[in-house]
Amino acid sequence: MSKIKIPKHSPSIDMTPMVDLAFLLVTFFMLAASIRNPEPVEVVTPSSISDKIIPEKILLVTIDKGGRVFLNLSGIEARKELIQNMSAKYKVGFNEKQIETFAYMTTFGCTMKELPGYLDMPAEDRKKYETKGIPSDTTNNQLKDWIFYGNIAALNSGKTDYENAKLEGKNPDINDFKPKFVLRVDGKAVYVHAQNVIDVFRDLRLNNLNFVTSAETAPN
Amino acid sequence: MAEIAEGGGGNEKGGKKRAKKSSTRVDMTPMVDLAFLLLTFFVMTSTFNKPKVMSLVYPAKIEDEPNPPKQPQINNAVTFLLTEDKIYYYEGQYFSAGNPQGKPATVLSETNFGPNGVRKYLAERNAYVIKNVEQLDSKLTREQKKLMAEGEKDTIYERKVIEFKKHKDALKVLVKTDDKATCKNFIDLIDELKIAQIGVIAPVDLLASELELIKAKQ
Repeated sequence: MSKIKIPKHSPSIDMTPMVDLAFLLVTFFMLAASIRNPEPVEVVTPSSISDKIIPEKILLVTIDKGGRVFLNLSGIEARKELIQNMSAKYKVGFNEKQIETFAYMTTFGCTMKELPGYLDMPAEDRKKYETKGIPSDTTNNQLKDWIFYGNIAALNSGKTDYENAKLEGKNPDINDFKPKFVLRVDGKAVYVHAQNVIDVFRDLRLNNLNFVTSAETAPN
Repeated sequence: MAEIAEGGGGNEKGGKKRAKKSSTRVDMTPMVDLAFLLLTFFVMTSTFNKPKVMSLVYPAKIEDEPNPPKQPQINNAVTFLLTEDKIYYYEGQYFSAGNPQGKPATVLSETNFGPNGVRKYLAERNAYVIKNVEQLDSKLTREQKKLMAEGEKDTIYERKVIEFKKHKDALKVLVKTDDKATCKNFIDLIDELKIAQIGVIAPVDLLASELELIKAKQ
């Protein structure tokens, strides 16, 4: 009599398909996603049906729930020029390192007086730092100067980009290189806060503004 | 973990020496761990839909211009007065009580953000533009629609739409806000105006007498 052999099953599972899938997803997310920029303020924007994607070159003013005002300008060169102009205007000196930090930073919201100290902080502390926002009242309207010089700096760097694009033999549109003015307001903020900032823009004859909104499907 | 070492241990019977069979399989567990760790990281940090923007052109400040133009006679206009989560509106010009022209004083009507509120009202009032734009849309060929979806600007189409929006039968809107209105209220209203294809939107300052009317309503 022969012994009945029970086939031995290996207790290990073939993990190859799972690994394949996992790496596929990793690759997909790596390629498809853009990393979220760390922002010093949390802002919940209202939604709209607009499908216009946020432009590349922007001067962004953020207004949070409490009405604090923050600023961001895209472009490293433009930011360098901006801080140098502001430093001359307000007689606040910045060293090389501070200018460098400012150029690679994103949104900020502090007074000119606070700014050198703010720039000296390590990035972690900067996140925790409680700022009062950029002053924009009539007696001390720093926001107006930030926007004014920000616009000039962005226009200058836009011009160089335009010339470069022209040299490369493309047919660029000068309007694509002009900065767009974007307002990012918290839905819960009182409109009066936004109105103050809008009035600053209008005083500088910048009447074409954009509001950041999250997407919403249009009704039929 | 998933792999269990086989044939190990010390059951060597009878002194017979066997070559150790080493498994050809590689333990993939650490690799899988890593893969999923990366996966979680990318899922958490990534943002997919880039934020959208809604553009709005504000009227230039009047003191900017050397000779301020005369207040144009606005025909077919409606003024929205926004306060906390509520919309009031009146049509045409504002008349205070006991005005010299002898017109009846302006009375505010109330509406809301619901689909049967402001959206229905605007669709009725701006029917001229909505109808004409729909007609234009229906004339577009499939190729044109495809091109426009890809970002190509059909200037003739756009020019016609703007022409309709500026026509005297099109509704013009003034938006005024009081000190209690939130940004969400404002953007929601502008959004409704854009849905209703309104081309002329002017956010302007609230008059003191209008604020009185709002207060009287509450």
